[in-house]
Amino acid sequence: MGVCLATSGPGATNLVTGIANAYLDSVPMVALTGQVQTWFIGKDAFQEIDITGITLPITKHNSLVLDVNDLAEAIKEAFYIARTGRPGPVLIDIPQDVLTNICEYHYPAHADLPGYRLPLQGHPAQIRKAAKMINEARNPVIVAGRGVIISGAFQELKQLAESSQIPVVNTLLGITAFPTNHVLSLGMGGMHGTAYANKAIDACDVLIAIGMRMDDRLTGQVSGFAPNAKIIHVDLDPAEIGKNVRVDVPIVGDIKKVLSALNKLISASQHVEWINDIEQWRTKYPLYRATDCEQLMPQHIMKHLNEATHGDALLVTGVGQHQMWAAQYYESNTVNSFISSGGLGTMGFGLPAAMGAKVGMPDKTVWCIDGDGSFQMTLHELATLVQDNIAVKIAIFNNGYLGMVRQWQELFFKRNYVGTPLTCPDFVKLAEAYCIPALRVTTQEEVPGAIKQAMDHDGPFLIDFMVEPEANVFPMVPPGAALAQFMDQPKKEVTAWPRQNTL
Amino acid sequence: MATTKHTLIALVQDRPGVLNRVASMFRRRGFNMDSVAVGHSETPHVSRVTIVVSGTTATVEQVRKQLAKLIEVIKVVDITQDQMTSRELALIKVRATSPTRSEIIEMTDIFRGNIVDVGADSLTIEVTGDEDKIESFLNLLRPFGIREIARTGRIAMVRGGTTGSSGEEKGISTRSREHVHISEDVE
Ligand SMILES: Cc1ncc(C[n+]2csc(CCOP(=O)(O)OP(=O)(O)O)c2C)c(N)n1
Ligand SMILES: [Mg+2]
Repeated sequence: MGVCLATSGPGATNLVTGIANAYLDSVPMVALTGQVQTWFIGKDAFQEIDITGITLPITKHNSLVLDVNDLAEAIKEAFYIARTGRPGPVLIDIPQDVLTNICEYHYPAHADLPGYRLPLQGHPAQIRKAAKMINEARNPVIVAGRGVIISGAFQELKQLAESSQIPVVNTLLGITAFPTNHVLSLGMGGMHGTAYANKAIDACDVLIAIGMRMDDRLTGQVSGFAPNAKIIHVDLDPAEIGKNVRVDVPIVGDIKKVLSALNKLISASQHVEWINDIEQWRTKYPLYRATDCEQLMPQHIMKHLNEATHGDALLVTGVGQHQMWAAQYYESNTVNSFISSGGLGTMGFGLPAAMGAKVGMPDKTVWCIDGDGSFQMTLHELATLVQDNIAVKIAIFNNGYLGMVRQWQELFFKRNYVGTPLTCPDFVKLAEAYCIPALRVTTQEEVPGAIKQAMDHDGPFLIDFMVEPEANVFPMVPPGAALAQFMDQPKKEVTAWPRQNTL
Repeated sequence: MATTKHTLIALVQDRPGVLNRVASMFRRRGFNMDSVAVGHSETPHVSRVTIVVSGTTATVEQVRKQLAKLIEVIKVVDITQDQMTSRELALIKVRATSPTRSEIIEMTDIFRGNIVDVGADSLTIEVTGDEDKIESFLNLLRPFGIREIARTGRIAMVRGGTTGSSGEEKGISTRSREHVHISEDVE
C-alpha cells in the first residue's frame, strides 16, 4: 500500500492530483499531511490550508487529528479503510503540536467504525438468477474490470469463462484480470477497444459485468450499450450498480466469493456459433500491426517489448495515445502487470507510478511507457529515481505532439492543431544530465537491440523512440457514439506533419 | 420517470464535519436537497439527519447508496413508502395591529399554534405540522404582512415500534428494511 507524506500548505495541495487519481481508480493509499499548530487553525496562518476540506470529495475518508491521544486510532482507521472493501485513499491531517506532543501509546486492535460494513457474500437468490440467465444465454460476454484483480478472483473468472465458453472483454484497468493471450480473450473494450470486443458487447444477449464501474470510456453512448442484452452486474460497491447503466441482475459482494458461488451453478456449454461469429470479427477487424509501414510505429515497439518481456514485466503508462497502444498491444500473462491512470487520465502518472511499482516489486522488470507530453509533467522525479537508484526502464513514445488531443483535432476539428505540437528537450541529453544511460531510436531495426540494452543494464534506462508523429489510435469509437459505431484503422497512408522539435 | 419527494433518515456518527460530508456529496453529485434537519438521536454520539430529496426512484436510490458509502453514516433508510409521522416547526413573525390582532390569534388557535412573542405591532407564532399545513397557515397570514419566517425542515418517524439507532431496524417496515439489507434491490 502506498503512503505519502507532505508538509502543510503547498505540500498538501501538491498531493491533490495524486489523491484524486487514487480515488477514481480505487487505489489503497494513506496520505499524511502536516498542519499548522492547533491554535493557529482557522486563522489563515502561514502555510495553513484546509486540506481535509479540499480532499473531502476525493478521498474515501479523511480526518484532522486535534489531540495526540486520538492519533493512533486515526492511523488505525486510515489503514483499515484504505485497504479494505473497495480500496481508496485516506488522508490524515496532523497539526505540528499533535506531532510533537507526547502521550501514552495505545494502538487499537480494531477500528471501531459502526458505519463501515465490509463486503457481503452476494445475495444467493440473485446469484441463482444470474446463473440461470448465463446458462440460458446464447451469446454471453463477460466484461472484467480491476475489481477482479483487487479481489484476487482471476481463477474464478477463468473458470467461469472456460467452463461455459464465455468470451472476456477487459476494461483498461482490468487488462490483466484475464490473460490477453487466452483464446477467449477479446482484449480491451470501449473507446479504443478492439473492434471484436465492441462488436461482441453490441451483439451479446447476456452481459456479465464484473468488478467494473461502467465508465463512459468503456460503455460509449449508454443507450447504445449492449442494446440487446440482459445485464448482470457484480460489484463490491452497491453505489456502482445501476448508476450509469440499467441492470437486470445486480449482485453486491466480494467478487471472489460471488464468482465461486456462481461457478457452482454454471453448466458447461460451448456457444459454438457465438464464438464463431466473434472469430469472424477478429479476422475481419484485426488489430493493426503496422507491417506495411516503413516508419517507426508504436506497434513495432510494443511487439518487441512483448517479445523481450514475455508479458511478464510491469507496464506503467502515461496518458494519451501511447497509453492506448500499450493497452491494446500488451500481451500480458501476469495478473496486475498493467498500471495506468484510468478514471482521472492523469498525464504525468507514468514515471512516479513506475517508480512506486519498482520499489513495491523490486524483482520485476518495470517499463514506463510514456508520451513526450506526459513525461514532461513529472520528469523532475528523475532526481528521485537516481537518488534512490530505482531501476525503471523508460520508453518515451516521442511523437512531438500531445498526440491524443492532436488525433481529436485531426479527426473532429479539421486538423486545427492548436496547442498540441510540442517543443521537447533532447530526452537523451536530459537523461544523461541525471547520469541515466539513454538511447535514441529512429528506425524499426534499432528497436529490439535498444530494448535488450535497456533490460540488460542494471539500473534505470531511457529510450527516446522517435515514432511517426501523426500515427493515430484505432479502432476509435467517436465521442458520443455507441460502441458498434467504431472507426477502424483507415487503409490510407498517413502523411507526416512538420514537427516543431529542437531535434 | 416521475420526480417525487422522498424522506430519508440517516443515522450518523457525531463527528466533526459529518454534515459537511453529507452536504458535499449532494452538491458534488447534483442531487436536490429540499430540506435537512439534524439533531441528537436516542443513542449518545449518534445524530439523526432527516433529508427531503426530490428525484426519480432511481436517483433517490443513488442518493441513498452514496450516503451509505460515507464512513460516518451508520444507516440510511428511505421511509417514503412507510406509514410515518412527519413534522416541521415554523416560527412566523407577522404584522399585527389592534384591528387584526384578534383575527390572527383566532387563526393561530385553529392551527393549534402558539403565540410566543407579542410586539407593539407584531406577533410571533410557533406552529408545527406537515409542510402542507404550514403552507396553508402561511397563505392565510400573508395578507396581514409576514415579516420573518424560520422553518426547521422536515423531521419524520415511522409509526409504531422504534426507529432504533442501534443498527436494528425494528420499527421500520418491511420495505425499508429491504432497502437496508438488499442493496441489490435497484430499479
Ligand atoms: C494533466 C493532464 N492534462 C491534460 C490532459 C489531456 N490530455 C489527454 S491525452 C493528452 C496528450 C498526451 O500527450 P503525450 O503524453 O505526448 O502522449 P501521446 O498522446 O502523444 O502519446 C492530453 C493533453 C490530461 N489527460 N492530463
Ligand atoms: Mg506525444
